[in-house]
Amino acid sequence: MSGGAMKHVLPVLTVVAAIIALWYAAAVGLNRAWVYDQAERAGVAPASGMALIAETWSQERPVLPAPHQVAVELVKTTFGMAPSSKRSLVYHGWVTLSATLLGFAIGTGLGILLAVGILHNRAMDMSVMPWAIASQTIPILAIAPMIIVVLNSVGLQGLVPKAIISAYLSFFPVVVGMVKGLRSPDQMQLDLLKTYNASNTEAFWKLRLPASMPYLFTSLKVGMAASLVGAIVGELPTGAVAGLGARLLSGSYYGQTVQIWAALFAAAIVAAGMVMLIGVMERRTLKRMGMAR
Amino acid sequence: MNWLVVALGAWAFGWWINTRLARSSLARTRGGKLAVPVIFGLTVLLLWEGLVRGLNVSPVILPPPSDVVARLASSVPTLWEDFVQTAVKGALSGYFIGCAAAFATAILIDRSPFLQRGLLPVGNFVAALPIVGIAPIMVMWFGFDWQSKAAVVVVMVFFPMLVNTVAGLKASDHMQRDLMATWSASYWQSLFKLRLPAAMPFVFNGLKIASTLALIGAIVAEFFGSPTRGMGFRINASIGQLALDMIWAEIVVAAIAGSAFYGIVAMIEKRVTFWHPSQRT
Repeated sequence: MSGGAMKHVLPVLTVVAAIIALWYAAAVGLNRAWVYDQAERAGVAPASGMALIAETWSQERPVLPAPHQVAVELVKTTFGMAPSSKRSLVYHGWVTLSATLLGFAIGTGLGILLAVGILHNRAMDMSVMPWAIASQTIPILAIAPMIIVVLNSVGLQGLVPKAIISAYLSFFPVVVGMVKGLRSPDQMQLDLLKTYNASNTEAFWKLRLPASMPYLFTSLKVGMAASLVGAIVGELPTGAVAGLGARLLSGSYYGQTVQIWAALFAAAIVAAGMVMLIGVMERRTLKRMGMAR
Repeated sequence: MNWLVVALGAWAFGWWINTRLARSSLARTRGGKLAVPVIFGLTVLLLWEGLVRGLNVSPVILPPPSDVVARLASSVPTLWEDFVQTAVKGALSGYFIGCAAAFATAILIDRSPFLQRGLLPVGNFVAALPIVGIAPIMVMWFGFDWQSKAAVVVVMVFFPMLVNTVAGLKASDHMQRDLMATWSASYWQSLFKLRLPAAMPFVFNGLKIASTLALIGAIVAEFFGSPTRGMGFRINASIGQLALDMIWAEIVVAAIAGSAFYGIVAMIEKRVTFWHPSQRT
């Protein structure tokens, strides 16, 4: 087992190391111009060799911050501040995450309900399904700012509008995946239940719903990622108030590149954490149901 | 009040027709399959129009569809300019560069299982991240114009495309590859004659995913700064003026562009992978 794990860990580590090395090299290349510029203004010879490299990796507003600068900012704003402080990434991350989770829960719940409706009503299936599938090719995210502003004019602010966007984005993947999953039992299995004289409801609870679980979890992962993007984009139009999207926006207003990268990595960590959490739930559920692959 | 009655009546009537259609033998014909969703879409539009007019909803909250259509018709030049800026210059150029780069990378790492094992988990991981977040950085690096939008799109489409292409290159089975070997085919011969054609369903899957990501990336990147044209810019600017009919018009354009883009890729797929079971009817 450990040999098998090593077989995968080593290549991944190599690739990650290569990315970081490339990143450091790019930081030197991109930030060099500023060092030369400063030296020329000060009227001294520009630094060269190691001194130049050291300078490109420690600027306050670099074009591309070096990885360790981002890591330092990330740690400082995560652990170095009270979680209630407006400069703390935990505060902003939670603002975004709470909207994401609320929207995700609403979107998933409604999505499963609609999928059940589609399964049992042929007219609904034929009317709604083509639109649900087509809607996945449409850049729905474009309406996010409008939803925020319209709800704002009705008096809704803060968490709820963002959650609605998140719900909307996670809704369609769940509908499509869940309909597929609920239809995945084949005719033999359905016929077997019929010979047991099972009603439609029993067939739903005992066969269709369990059979749909792998599909559900796959859509949940897609939906979660979409929800988070929705919540981040939903924070843009209100101006930089709170949340990871607001950190990105205020960073781009004031040229605080280190802050942008830190917010970006915080968003990545939150997304990866959530998807991993769903992955763990998936493995546990499928294992208990005897469907683990 | 009349509008409300019309709206609810239209809804009930549309639903009744659809229920009848779905139960009738027409439901299995092509026309029936097309008619039902179209009728559903029309009833939704009628319901929307009727509710907005009947309840006197302010146009700064929800404009009726007729206003949106009127706006769509009256501002074709603006919409076309935005479309060219965002969809053609930003999304399409980024799409081509990103997909080509990912495809080339997949072929390059094809010979090294070590690199594949390393890059695939990283690629899968990155594909699940909120990559649109790099938009402010790209705007800083490449300026306000379409180049920065294309850069965002390149990064967004790269990893889904890479992961799919690498998976596709593994799709040919052992027997087939052995057969190529017995014909003493070189690496490149077996790549071009067997493995690339076999990879096409996966490649097109990646291309389809990327096509929807591309437009999203280009539009969202404009929220972080753009010249005074482009779909994302227009949406953002119209919010300030509370011109919601303009926003909806842009959304209609985006929806058409998005589905057309996807449709074209799907059509090419049908031509290229005609042999695949999922394309046979």
